[in-house]
Amino acid sequence: MNLDWDRLGPLLWQAGGETAYMVLITLVVGGFLGLLLGLGLYLTRPGNLLQNRAVFAVLNVAINVVRPVPFLIFLVALGPLTRAVVGRTIGIEAFTFAMCFMATFVFARLVEQNLVSIDPGVVEAARAMGASPLRIVRTVLVPEALAPLILGYTFLFVGVLDMSAIAGYLGAGGLGDFAIVHGYRQYDWAVTFVVVVIIVAVVQVVQLLGNYLARRALHR
Amino acid sequence: MSQPIISFRDASKIFPGRGRRAEVRAVDGVTLDVAEGEIFGVIGYSGAGKSTLVRLVNALEKVTGGSVVVDGTDLTGLSEARLRGVRAGIGMIFQQFNLLSSRTVAGNVAYPLEVAGWSREKRRERVRELLDFVGIADKADVHPRQLSGGQKQRVGIARALATNPRILLADEATSALDPETTQDVLALLRRVNRELGITVVVITHEMDVVRAICDRVAVMEHGKVVELGDAYQVFSAPQHDVTRRFVSTALKDRPSPEVLARLRERHPGRIVTVGVDEVAGSSALITRTLREHGVDGTVVYGGITEVAERPYGSLTLELVAASPGVRPLPDGVAPADGVDAAVAALRRVTDVVDLGTAADPHEDPSVVRRGVGQAPDDGPGGEERRARVIGGPARQVGGGPFGGPSGMTGGNDLTTGIIDDGGKR
Repeated sequence: MNLDWDRLGPLLWQAGGETAYMVLITLVVGGFLGLLLGLGLYLTRPGNLLQNRAVFAVLNVAINVVRPVPFLIFLVALGPLTRAVVGRTIGIEAFTFAMCFMATFVFARLVEQNLVSIDPGVVEAARAMGASPLRIVRTVLVPEALAPLILGYTFLFVGVLDMSAIAGYLGAGGLGDFAIVHGYRQYDWAVTFVVVVIIVAVVQVVQLLGNYLARRALHR
Repeated sequence: MSQPIISFRDASKIFPGRGRRAEVRAVDGVTLDVAEGEIFGVIGYSGAGKSTLVRLVNALEKVTGGSVVVDGTDLTGLSEARLRGVRAGIGMIFQQFNLLSSRTVAGNVAYPLEVAGWSREKRRERVRELLDFVGIADKADVHPRQLSGGQKQRVGIARALATNPRILLADEATSALDPETTQDVLALLRRVNRELGITVVVITHEMDVVRAICDRVAVMEHGKVVELGDAYQVFSAPQHDVTRRFVSTALKDRPSPEVLARLRERHPGRIVTVGVDEVAGSSALITRTLREHGVDGTVVYGGITEVAERPYGSLTLELVAASPGVRPLPDGVAPADGVDAAVAALRRVTDVVDLGTAADPHEDPSVVRRGVGQAPDDGPGGEERRARVIGGPARQVGGGPFGGPSGMTGGNDLTTGIIDDGGKR
């Protein structure tokens, strides 16, 4: 173990920043769009507030098509769209765009699954009090499913971190790239190990925070 | 009746079938009126369509045929936005309470006020007032999870009353509660009706609920109203098998065939069941009639309860001619004839089902049998007795506002015959 921290330290710091950039933007954009898409999926489901068989079918199929594609392949396959939107197909911005795209679809399914478990009686009660669908989304669906939504969001964080490593390896930089370039390729297991420890620690902290917030949201 | 606050006219709700699933006629051509200020019960077994019927009132379900008029507004064809306004003026409580677990008790009660756009100060004041009214002011900041079932339903009631509705719909509101709590909640609903003048529509499968608070009642089966009228009238003179089954759940006053067989083993004399109600069949009158005929009546079975706050039930007696040594017979009455004469005399004051003796048993004609609309004649007794069960329609029941808040009929062809008799009762 001869870690050259004078050399690696600043590089690791930069890699951490790149990862944070990708993950945070993806969590914000993907989380927001995923919430909307998941709500759309739930609301248009037959028997629900804005039931619409056609819209539900389109959303449902779209999610089922996107979600199972391995992210490495998705990243490459999304190239043309990425170019159209971001202007290029590689680099941290381009890959972050692809991550937001995937995260939206992943989170949409998580959101829908959590909303389905809400007691329909509560929604009916709100309808009986004259609440509009938009109000019901805001004051019933999201607050009632808040705890599982927080846990789902925490779960999404780990998935996004995983995506960021793949994106990083393809040229976006970040911790994953750092572990490969400065650790794996140099046969320097210590560097790889340090990165793994950092990632595990971050995930642990985020998970603890998620659990804490979810428990508070449950009012237990 | 003045203008009805809710009227159904040939209202239907048909859920279309899909694939192999057949269509469901949840509500099938119902015509009835609910009068302002009354407690109206809709009773039926699960699947009878009563929950769907009540949801037509606040348009949580929309009719597929006929019309529903609420407080002068025809809901048929109203836009969703207009319907939200109608719903805001109708309170509703539920079997599972349906409180928001993400809000405190006060937050739940404030919800409809937020929908109605009340200011924060007015909301706070109103919530306090409502929680006081339902008796849980101390629970304002608690989450529903920490409440008992009865307390949750009180929150539900406070929430339903928040915007001063003129109608309260109660969908199996006590079905998830224990008997004692049920009584508390029913008493609260009665207060809502009496003190606030709110019309209450109660959906239930529990006869006890109707018995305790309903002024009028509709009995539903397979989406249709099979019996409709004053609660006392309907349950003291049930015409339909479903109604009779409900009556028998509330009061097990009539011996079943098995019980009757045992009674005959123990009691060799003439066994008769006599109706008891507030006027015609008061037990004092029954006792006097037997005494006049020199007959001893031993109570061997029976029960008396209240329907709509009036006594109702029956007693099963063993009638034995008093031995001459004990009590002198009236002139011209032979001991053997005494019982026959007493039965005949009892028929003039109340309903009598003659079950015969152990040696010569008569079947109980009113034992509920599926597919039997009316009980057959069970022997001598004249035309007047035909199809009469305890509390039968031929009996004149005195007093009380019978036929009272009348809108009970309004030409409901489903209940023709039942209702037409109703007017003459």
